[in-house]
Amino acid sequence: MSAELANIRWDRRQPHYRLRRNLREAAALAFGIVVVIWTLIPIYNMVAVALESRGDVFTNDIWPARPSFDSFWIVVTQGYWYLEYFWHQFGNSLYVGVITVFLTLLIGSLVSFSIGRMRLRHGWIVSNAALLTYVIPSSFLAIPFYRIMQKYGLANDLWSVIAAEVTFATPYAIFIFQQYGVSIPIELDEAARIDGASPVQVYLHIYLPLMAPALVAVGTYALLLAWNEYLYQFLLLSSKKNMTVPVALAQFLNSDEAPWNYMMATAIVYALPPVAIYYTFRRRMTAGLTMGGVKG
Amino acid sequence: MDGAATQAAQALPAPTLRLARPRRHAWRGGLQGSEYAWAVAFVIPYCGVFLAFVAYPVVYGLWLGHAPSLYAELFSDPIYQRTAVNTLLYVGIGVNLKLFLALLMSGFFMRRGWWVKGLLLIFVLPWAVPSLPTFISIHWMLNGQWGLLNNFLWDVFGIDGPGWIETSRWLALGSVIVSHIWKWLPFWTVILLAGRMAIPQELYDAADVDGATKLQRFTHVTFPLLANLYFVCTLLSTIFTLGDFNTVFFVSGGGPALSTHVLATLGIRNAFEVARPELGVAVVMSALPLMIPLIIILMRKLRTMEVQL
Repeated sequence: MSAELANIRWDRRQPHYRLRRNLREAAALAFGIVVVIWTLIPIYNMVAVALESRGDVFTNDIWPARPSFDSFWIVVTQGYWYLEYFWHQFGNSLYVGVITVFLTLLIGSLVSFSIGRMRLRHGWIVSNAALLTYVIPSSFLAIPFYRIMQKYGLANDLWSVIAAEVTFATPYAIFIFQQYGVSIPIELDEAARIDGASPVQVYLHIYLPLMAPALVAVGTYALLLAWNEYLYQFLLLSSKKNMTVPVALAQFLNSDEAPWNYMMATAIVYALPPVAIYYTFRRRMTAGLTMGGVKG
Repeated sequence: MDGAATQAAQALPAPTLRLARPRRHAWRGGLQGSEYAWAVAFVIPYCGVFLAFVAYPVVYGLWLGHAPSLYAELFSDPIYQRTAVNTLLYVGIGVNLKLFLALLMSGFFMRRGWWVKGLLLIFVLPWAVPSLPTFISIHWMLNGQWGLLNNFLWDVFGIDGPGWIETSRWLALGSVIVSHIWKWLPFWTVILLAGRMAIPQELYDAADVDGATKLQRFTHVTFPLLANLYFVCTLLSTIFTLGDFNTVFFVSGGGPALSTHVLATLGIRNAFEVARPELGVAVVMSALPLMIPLIIILMRKLRTMEVQL
């Protein structure tokens, strides 16, 4: 506040300070408009193509001549052969997401409780292993991972995808949980121990409730990771019934005359849940400074 | 973070600045009786995940790509040579341009006013939307014949735009880099914005009293305090971008004529389309000389980072 006052006082000594301030604000506003256009163009394109009527995609309009919601209706009613299992695939994505969140939170919180609170000897080896996993790009592990899933007999199985997503979400979870756990007083654990609580009871009744904000942040991260990730789901899932939505969406690109309006309508339906979740938990998404990036 | 060092630090009287943090994070008297067994049991699930899904694939990958003849074959392949150059350009230009723009944008979002806050909500949209739909949209938007961009150029300026991703390697690679920046600029802007907000206002007040100009405020206050974060962001973004598959795969698809592949997409292509997994692994392994130093520096840096929720 004082800086603003100082600025104003300094400005008053200048001639035309009000004009200058208004000019600066106008320039900022003009820049803001450019930013909005830059940001929205690909999304505008997605909506505009989805609203095209059948056959109008291959025209030179920049806005559909006859906008209609037909393509959304086709998606919702599964009325096109690429979309015949759409809701089933939507369910698959949801299934993978929910189980990934549950396993990531469970495995991650147990490890960070053991290492961060109970101070397991040599626990730093596990933390470093997790950190190393975080900084290895997941796409670089995809080829051997695929071969190994075949060996485990998990080819074309949703559990192979869950294994991949949990593998790449837990390191982030461990990092965030350990750092956040530092802010919870260790005396609480000790008081419970003196009262005769077992480690499991301390974990369930002291650690987990106090970690709630971190659990929400990591849970959101894991859900979005599992929902948005493409490469592993594409490699590991091959049959239409076992596909998740992103894999089914990319299937459209295989045909020569892709029905782009159906494809963009599918893309919008697929993008809505993560966008809603993102804006709901937006404040938690910058957790851990740079660590919050959804990879891939 | 090793035990001895922490204990030595605990023995010292804590300076007042550190009072907010607990001095001791370990259970008093160490683990007793069955507690040790529980502590081990809690770590086992993650160790299982790590061994089965990280360690085993890494070792298996090293074994697949161990033959030196693979690398001789790879390095003499013109597609690979082009891919290596593309990767360096994509990562070098993409990451640095993106982070420099993010640094500027984060300064812009420090402005006061309701519309700046509203603008930030719109600005983060590319980060919120999954990458696949937007990259497919960009791919279609850049279509030379029916895409939105050329339609716009024709309708408004009467210019017949080029086929952005179908005709020229450099146009296609440029399109990929711009798409990458479009997608990830908001994320890094928000990170740097958080870093800027953490700088105490008193420092700026002091700079104002000393008569600092806006540029001096930036070079003498903001940047020195942001430099470490900026460096970590650069490293992290470099590694993420090296492993980025979706942008190239969906925006240009590696085309025209396999001229815009990067290591991540060429590896997958060799393994699954050409059906030579060992050659695919070799492509990925050729990134290791660049990656290992980055990973070592990054791991040292990340262990000292603090988390704010």
